[in-house]
Amino acid sequence: MNPHVILRVVSKFLIPLIALFAFYVQFHGDFGPGGGFQAGVILAAAVILYALIFGIDAAKKAVPPSAVRIGMSLGVLIYGGTGVATWLLGANFLEYGVLAHDPSHGQHYGILAVELGVLFSVASVMVAIFYAFGSRQPDLTDEDW
Amino acid sequence: MDLLSFFPEWVMTHGAALLVVLPLLMGVVLAILPSEKLAWALAFIVALICSVLALGLVLQIFGGESLVYSMGGWDPPHGISYVVDALSAPVLLLISLMAVLCLLYAWPSVRAEVEPKKRAPFYAAFLVCMAGLLGMVVTGDAFNVFVFLEVSSISTYVLVGMGASRDRRALTASFNYLILGSIGATFFVVGLGFLFMETGTLNMADMARILRDLDGGSRVAQVAFAFIIIGLGLKLAMFPLHVWLPSAYAHSPSFVTAFLASTATKAALYLLLRFTFTIFDVNINYVGRAEMILLVGFGVAGMIFASLQAIFQTDARRTLAYSSVAQVGYMLLGIGLATAAGAAAGYLHLLNHAVIKGGLFICLGAMWYRFGITRISDFRGLSKTMPWTMGAFTISALSLIGVPFTAGFVSKVNLATAAANEGWWWAVGVIVITSILAIIYMGNILKEAYFKEPPVVNGAIVARNEAPLMMLIPMWALALASIAIGINSDLMVQAANGAAELLFPVTNALPGGVTP
Amino acid sequence: MFDLIFTHFNYAVVIVLMMVGLYVIFATQNLIKKLVGLSVFQTSVFLLYITIGKVSGGQPPILVESHGGDHALLSEPVLVASAAPVATHSGAYGPEVLYSNPLPHVLILTAIVVGVATLAIGLALVVRIREVYSTIEKDEIDALDYHFNLEGIDG
Repeated sequence: MNPHVILRVVSKFLIPLIALFAFYVQFHGDFGPGGGFQAGVILAAAVILYALIFGIDAAKKAVPPSAVRIGMSLGVLIYGGTGVATWLLGANFLEYGVLAHDPSHGQHYGILAVELGVLFSVASVMVAIFYAFGSRQPDLTDEDW
Repeated sequence: MDLLSFFPEWVMTHGAALLVVLPLLMGVVLAILPSEKLAWALAFIVALICSVLALGLVLQIFGGESLVYSMGGWDPPHGISYVVDALSAPVLLLISLMAVLCLLYAWPSVRAEVEPKKRAPFYAAFLVCMAGLLGMVVTGDAFNVFVFLEVSSISTYVLVGMGASRDRRALTASFNYLILGSIGATFFVVGLGFLFMETGTLNMADMARILRDLDGGSRVAQVAFAFIIIGLGLKLAMFPLHVWLPSAYAHSPSFVTAFLASTATKAALYLLLRFTFTIFDVNINYVGRAEMILLVGFGVAGMIFASLQAIFQTDARRTLAYSSVAQVGYMLLGIGLATAAGAAAGYLHLLNHAVIKGGLFICLGAMWYRFGITRISDFRGLSKTMPWTMGAFTISALSLIGVPFTAGFVSKVNLATAAANEGWWWAVGVIVITSILAIIYMGNILKEAYFKEPPVVNGAIVARNEAPLMMLIPMWALALASIAIGINSDLMVQAANGAAELLFPVTNALPGGVTP
Repeated sequence: MFDLIFTHFNYAVVIVLMMVGLYVIFATQNLIKKLVGLSVFQTSVFLLYITIGKVSGGQPPILVESHGGDHALLSEPVLVASAAPVATHSGAYGPEVLYSNPLPHVLILTAIVVGVATLAIGLALVVRIREVYSTIEKDEIDALDYHFNLEGIDG
């Protein structure tokens, strides 16, 4: 019998909610407190909780390290790509106003794209740091603790 | 300037931002590349493009216009602006050119010193470091400086730590650098906080205007100044705060040492110039006094003590690292003179020293590559086993000492003249004495190489084994540049005069150059 | 004296944290504890910046406005205790509200991220140091390196 049955059941129920809350924070960042940084950390927290309860190997199956690595770069590229897009549209770097006909809508889209990049990067970096430290072979066995 | 017409107009208006964005984004792409060769090629291309861009910016500045670029279309003082002027443009060119030369050298050296799996991320970290250095020079926003300072520092810790596969002491060196570097950056950001309290703005030009209106401001501004000087002092290895530098330079991969020695401390020195002369003003009472006492005092102490320490090192890279601390002292002396000629001479030495030290460290790296040499006693007979490398090393070493017709001579003479003009004859004496100390410590190395026979291994004298071409090109390029500057220094003096003109409203601080 | 401390309570905490952090960094030989000290030291700066951003009587810096398509204003204007005319936001958005300065918060969010990155790199280095030297005490590492140097097996 698994000793952590309560933890397992509760976290199975909570992890989707945590992920959902991350996206709420992400898209609510448009109107109030929130945004990519916070959402990214919350999303990463969901993955880390999963790894803590079900083991790091299971987590690596769900969120493979290669995907994490690409996610880190992808986030920065989305951010930078938004800037490059505004360059291509003939404005200054990250001048979101040109992204739509109405400058205020352009600002809106620009911020959404940039925050999405931040979400990818922050979540991936957090998970990557956790994997990097978690995957090291401990030289103490469980009994020694 | 006819050369300027080769650059498209778009590149010239957006060049300041492109210079930072390109290496940053490509660094991120490199991080996920599997192939080391592709990573190197991309890094090299990026560095080349950056050099061309920086050249375009320098030409534009020499044409008489300075450039302000508003990030995101938000005009200063509210938005982040990138400013290219006579002070920053030459440093930008220096950083990107050194990146190109070091990357040429990196091709063989990184293969010898870094594990295969880590090579592509290594180049990624290098590009991010380069983006950080370029960013902190080009930005006109004080907090943005901190961000780029940390971007470059954090990637530097990684780069230094990568030396672990060759020398395990790289790990502790990197850790010490991380602790002290973070303290320095935190002091800097505390200073910025106080400065923001006093002025309510983060734009450098706006800060300068408000501080001038406030006549130097209250005690808050004084505290800010103190914190900023100490923070930058840690980053640029001002004498008592230099303890991280020798081991970081001695144990990191030799490519990293060459790049850091010629750019990282230089970018921090640029920031010191920027903060003490344009944001604060030498005419403000406490700034002038701090420069007299702090910068000159520590600069001179560093020149003497670091040179003495350099003499007693057994590791050649440590000798050069301590010599770097001493050379920072020369630049601080120039800045501390607080005259146009002094600042120009310090700035000139900043540019020249980057050329000299970059060359020296590349030569040392080549010697390690062929014979595994780091100790001075192992230099025996290197003039016969690696004549070309030793030739480049000798030229750069003479330049470091300050022999006539080399770059080092030009900047030392200008520095001594600037000090003499102020009546600081003791400073001239110190410059002469430390030059003699430089003869001793560089002479130790040269003596081993030229006047001793190559060692005998397995009954035979070690055969001639020259460094690969990819290493010879950058080291000779830098050695020849050093001589070229020594023979005709008009271009460098012109750059230094342009910078001094920006800091002090006078023309032709140094004789011998044509004002732009 | 006490008045000064109580009216500048935040600053007192900043100074205490900063000195504690610096002391820990230099007093301990344990590399992990050094990083803890560094984090405490950096935290003091976060607090300093947040203190700067606070405007007495200021609202949280969220635009008081409904998100209607026609940019309609809230029907109830927010009443503010001390509406200093300098820092009020008026004009197109209607009600006069005194906001705290959001800029330092944004700045310090960046500094926090920088701190996290530094800490991660520092911890990674400590892990590697422990793998190579099997200790994380600085004096023991120095002793090991000293012998390493004497035996001349470097390079």
